Parts: sequence; structure tokens; C-alpha cells
Amino acid sequence: MPNMTEKKYPMPSQSPDERRENFREVALGYDAETAVSEAQRCLQCRNHPCVSGCPVHIDIPAFIHRTAEGDFAAAYEVLHAASALPAVCGRVCPQESQCEGKCVRGIRGESVGIGRLERFVADWHLARGDEAADQPVPNGHSVAVVGSGPSGLTCAGELARAGCQVTIFEALHLAGGVLVYGIPEFRLPKEIVRREIQGLQAMGVKVETNVIIGRTITIDELFDEYGFEAVFIGSGAGLPRFMGIPGENLKGVYSANEFLTRINLMKAYEPNADTPVIPSAKVAVVGGGNVAMDAARCARRLGAEVTVVYRRTRAELPARQEEVEHAMEEGIRFCFLTNPLEIRGNDQGWVEAMLCQRMELGEPDASGRRRPVPVENSEEVLEADSVIMALGTSPNPLIKNTTEGLETQKWGGIVVDETTGRTSREHVYAGGDAVTGAATVILAMGAGKTAAQAILADLKAT
Amino acid sequence: MNRILEKQVLNPTVTRMVVDAPLVARKAEPGQFIILRPDAEGERIPLTIAGFDREQGHVTIIFQVVGATTMKLNRMREGDFIHDFAGPLGRPTHTEGLKKVAVVGGGVGCAIAYPVTRKLFEQGTHVDAIIGFRTKDLVILEDEFAAHSTRLFRVSDDGSWGEKGLVTQALKTLLEAGETYDEVITIGPLIMMKFVCQLTREFGVKTIASMNPIMIDGTGMCGGCRLTVDGKTRFACVDGPEFDGHAIDFDEAMSRNSTYREFERHAYEETCRLFQGVQ
Repeated sequence: MPNMTEKKYPMPSQSPDERRENFREVALGYDAETAVSEAQRCLQCRNHPCVSGCPVHIDIPAFIHRTAEGDFAAAYEVLHAASALPAVCGRVCPQESQCEGKCVRGIRGESVGIGRLERFVADWHLARGDEAADQPVPNGHSVAVVGSGPSGLTCAGELARAGCQVTIFEALHLAGGVLVYGIPEFRLPKEIVRREIQGLQAMGVKVETNVIIGRTITIDELFDEYGFEAVFIGSGAGLPRFMGIPGENLKGVYSANEFLTRINLMKAYEPNADTPVIPSAKVAVVGGGNVAMDAARCARRLGAEVTVVYRRTRAELPARQEEVEHAMEEGIRFCFLTNPLEIRGNDQGWVEAMLCQRMELGEPDASGRRRPVPVENSEEVLEADSVIMALGTSPNPLIKNTTEGLETQKWGGIVVDETTGRTSREHVYAGGDAVTGAATVILAMGAGKTAAQAILADLKAT
Repeated sequence: MNRILEKQVLNPTVTRMVVDAPLVARKAEPGQFIILRPDAEGERIPLTIAGFDREQGHVTIIFQVVGATTMKLNRMREGDFIHDFAGPLGRPTHTEGLKKVAVVGGGVGCAIAYPVTRKLFEQGTHVDAIIGFRTKDLVILEDEFAAHSTRLFRVSDDGSWGEKGLVTQALKTLLEAGETYDEVITIGPLIMMKFVCQLTREFGVKTIASMNPIMIDGTGMCGGCRLTVDGKTRFACVDGPEFDGHAIDFDEAMSRNSTYREFERHAYEETCRLFQGVQ
């Protein structure tokens, strides 16, 4: 008999008062007993709609069934067969709009906590320590992967498992892409990313850091000089967007990328870090996505009073629901229906306030969301000594500019065939934010997986 | 990890290092830069490439000790390994088709001005190099400039070396005497480049300035290196580091570059103390 408890078992977490003082992980994870009870809430329904909501098509009912039986090793095998990074996905996927959003238990009560169970099983596996990885049988093919973020790691994992010799090229000094420079420690501990990458290396994947494809080595050279037979481009999001309002280059205005990189990649919050982050008393974060939440919560942990300024309402916030809830619990203030007009500075060139305007929701725009329109004579001044712009990114131009025949969209995204990840260049594939613009970890992973399958099929055909 | 092959003290605060970096050396061009971290805990800093040897796979960097990271780097010896060394980054200096150029370098900026001076000279361009230093003790690369320029003009603030005065005065004298240039290329402190650009604007001479803003990743991700050029936001790491000097908002660039001054001073003093403790 399934467990008919209407609500998910709550996730043990650090209390808001405690966690806003530290960078340790907020959610602490289920214990085995809770995981089994939660897994027993799954009805094992016939149509398993959850799977259709998963970009990497994990056999969700199967892994939950094993978990409910207490066979965590078997549950992990199911996860691992479909996902290269289960410990990451269990933490950062927007489950409410994917697997859990489709769960029949959600019709009356709450869906099964699929993300929490995924995390439990993946962590259980990691805690068992490193065992010898299965050594795949080499298939004689070699593939280069550009970028070590979620799409690159997933693609590399799939290819390595099939026996390809895979080399990942990473521009930064540390592998992991957005998982290490973007997503904060309190949401995704870097040790977990490190362990997942180690897992790939144990399968024979090589990781070359400090190599900027498009500068140090071009895509053409990867074929002509290094002899790779296929290249997957997962170079990720690129340059931060700004609003184009006055005052954006004042001291104290950061892109979320810069602020988060200082904190996450360079560990600027640690007392003896060489990379600085300037302490602020009042921080305004502009934007409403996951990156905005991450920046706001980092600023809070550095001791600031934080206000998130978003031009639509709470209902339209693109961020993952749990992150919004966590941010609110941590005392972060939200100014909805508010749009910045100007950032004002003092005579030393430092930010001191942001002039904002009230908005209201009008007719739906091209994205289907109601368009925010300004309310006349509604200007108000928000005091702030730092402003963080979390408005998304536009693709990095380095690869586009140095790869002849690689077709891109007007806005710079690489053009691909969605079902295969093939680009306009033969044997060159792409996926993740470099193709879609800023999106989620799991969508990037889905694209990495799709491309890997196409690469394998194409290699076999040649 | 990249081995330091040579280390040479050029003056009390400026050091030259030759680093084994074959991948960077293969692609490096004048005007480009690298990003390095001296050790595993270090900050990422951009340094312009001061020279390269493609066959040997060597890259030369010249840096001034200004903060904690450059001090750490300066403590390293021949045979030591720089933890991370990535590049080349940025766009190379455009040199094609230039017949007559004035290169105006100031202080440690001369280290960056030298490779482009040499490239221009070797391709047959008439190069007037104007190099300036505060005082004689700080002079670097004099022989190199002398060997690779058509004419070399030396100036120092205190008159202890070459003519007394500023590089702008030397350039002004040339322009007033009727010298014409296809382009002026200027590399040095922001305030110097600002005044060079003001001067050349009056004379209507196209001017390229090499910017050195704050950077973290250096690859087109963080946006810390943004500048206003011609009223638009541009990123030094991928759009630059060289821009039309007449379009750059230098005052804003100077303000932005002072963001971490307090922090840097503190970190510098801390690092000094740390090293004194070691000695």
C-alpha cells in the first residue's frame, strides 16, 4: 500500500537565522528512513507522467521503487543510467515545473518529492566512497568537449560511457562551469561538483583547464591538429546584460556574474581570500531569476540588507520556487512591479541610491507573460550602496568569431538542430546556454545528452 | 602549471619573467594579454603579453608590484611554477597597412608598448617611439626600444633621463612641427592616455589606447572590465583591450579602476607583513 500522506516529508534545513550567517548548504537532505517513507508515497502509476517532465528521461518510478524497498544501490544505478550528475540535479532542478509538476499526487496534496529523493540516493552513493569505476570498452573515437558546465559534463559522460576518448577544455582554472562560478556553495556544495567530475575522470575523461577555445586553440585546430573527430560546444552563457540606464558603471554596480564569481569561484567571502568583495550595507538586486536569488542570498550572507527589485509580480518570478521561499525566509525584501530608471552616485563615484518606477501588468507580450507598463508619476528612491544586475547574458562571441561557417542567431546563440544538437558545421555540435541563452542546468544537461547520442550515431555511420 | 624560466629585475618595482607556455606562445600577438594565478589560492590577474617566442614556446610578462598578487608573483623564482596561466586573450593590435605611427608609452606601460613597436618596425612602418618614466631609476627596455624604432624620444618627469617633461609634450612638439601619423598608439597610466587622446583629438590623429581595467575571468563572462566607449558599454576582455582613444570615457574608467584601492592597499600591507614574517 502506498503511503497516502498528503504532504511531502519536510526537508531538514538550517534555520533562516542560522544560515544567513554562513555559506554552508541550506538543505540538509533526508535520512534513509524519511527517504523510504517519501518514496512510498509514489503510486507507481501506469502512465508515469513524471518521466515526460524530465529533460534527461530518468526512469523515475523505477528509482523511487528501489528507494522504497531500501535498495539504494539499485536506485542509484537507475539514476546514473540516465543522468551524469544526479547529486547536482537533485539540488538545482526546477522540479516543480518538471517531474514533480506532472506527478499525480500533486492533484490532491503535494507531489512526491522526486528531487529530494534523487538527492538522497546520489548522496548515499557519494558517501559510500570512491569505488573503481566501470572502465568502458574503448570504441576508438575521440571527441572534444568545450566547456565543463552541465551540458559539457553530461555530453562527456555519455560519450565516455560509450567508449569514446573525451577531452574537456575549460577556460577557467577550475572545472564545473556555472556549477562552480555561479551557483553558491549553500545551494550546491562545490565538493559535490568536484566528486562528480572525479567520477568522469575515473572513466577516462581528460579535463584541460586554462584553455580558451577560440583563443588558445580554435575549433578547426581541434580537428586538424589534435585529431578529434567531433566537437561539442557547451561554452555556456556569456557576457552579462545591463539595462542601459544612467549610473550603471558607478563603483558598486556589479553584474550578478561578477558578484557570484568573486564569491563562488574565488571564495571572496573567506577571510584570507586574495580576491576582494566589498562589504555593503544595502544591496539592491535587479531581476527575478535563479541568478538574482543566488546573488541576493550571497549578499545577505555577507551581512547586507537586501532588496530584490523585479518589474513583474511574484507569480511571474522565473526563479525556482524553493529559492524564492528560502530568500524570503532569510529576510530578503522583494519590491515587485518596480523597475529601475537610474542609479545615483555620490561625488566619489560610489552608488548611493536607485531611482525606480512603479509598474503594472498590461497585455501579454510575445513570451505570453503580461507586459509590465510604467505607472505615471510613481518614481521612488531606493537607498543602496551596491546594485547587482541579474538580467541574463548574451553569448560569448569568441567561438563564433573564430569559427568559419558556424551559424548563429542574430543575438549570438549557436544555431542547432534541436533533436541532434548538430550545428551548421559538420561534426560540430552544441548545447546548453551557448545555444539557448540563459536557461537551467537540467536543460543544458538534456542538450548535452541529446548531442552525445547524435555524435555516437554519426561516428558509427562514418 | 607553467614554469618560470627566467626572472629579471628591471627596476625596483618592475620584474620581467619568461614563462614556459607553448599553447599561449603559439597564438600570442602584440596587444593581447594573459590571465594568471600565482598559486592555488590566488587572485586571477590580467597581464599584457610583453613578448613571445613561438618556437621555444615562451611568453614574456613584465609586471609592476602594485598589490598582493603581484607581490606574490614577484616572490617566485626561476624554476617555480605559476599555478594558472591562460591566454592569449583580447584582440591583437591592428598593425596592417600602417605607414607611420607614433607609439606613446608611459612607465610600466612601455612593457606593453614594446612588442607592438617592434612588430610595426619589423614590418617596415616608420615608428616614432615616445617613452616616459618618472625618473631614471624606473627606466625599462631602453635598448629594446632604441633597436626597434625609427626614432626614440626619451622623457622623464624630473629630467634625470632624456628630456624633462611629459610624453604629451614630446608628442605635441612633433605634431606642431608638422609630423603626421596614420595612428598614435598609447599605453600607460589612464591619466596619461587621457591627455594623449585630448592632444591627438586637437590634431585629428586617430589614436588607439590600450585599457587595463579590473577583470576576473578575462574570457567574456563577468563584465567587470566594462567601459563606456562612444556611449556604449564595451568589454575590454573580448571587445578590447584596445579602443578608439577619442571615444573612451576615461574619467569613468579611472573611477572604476579605483574600486578596490582601499582593499588593495590593505591586502598589500598584509602580504608585506606576511613576507617579512617569513624572512
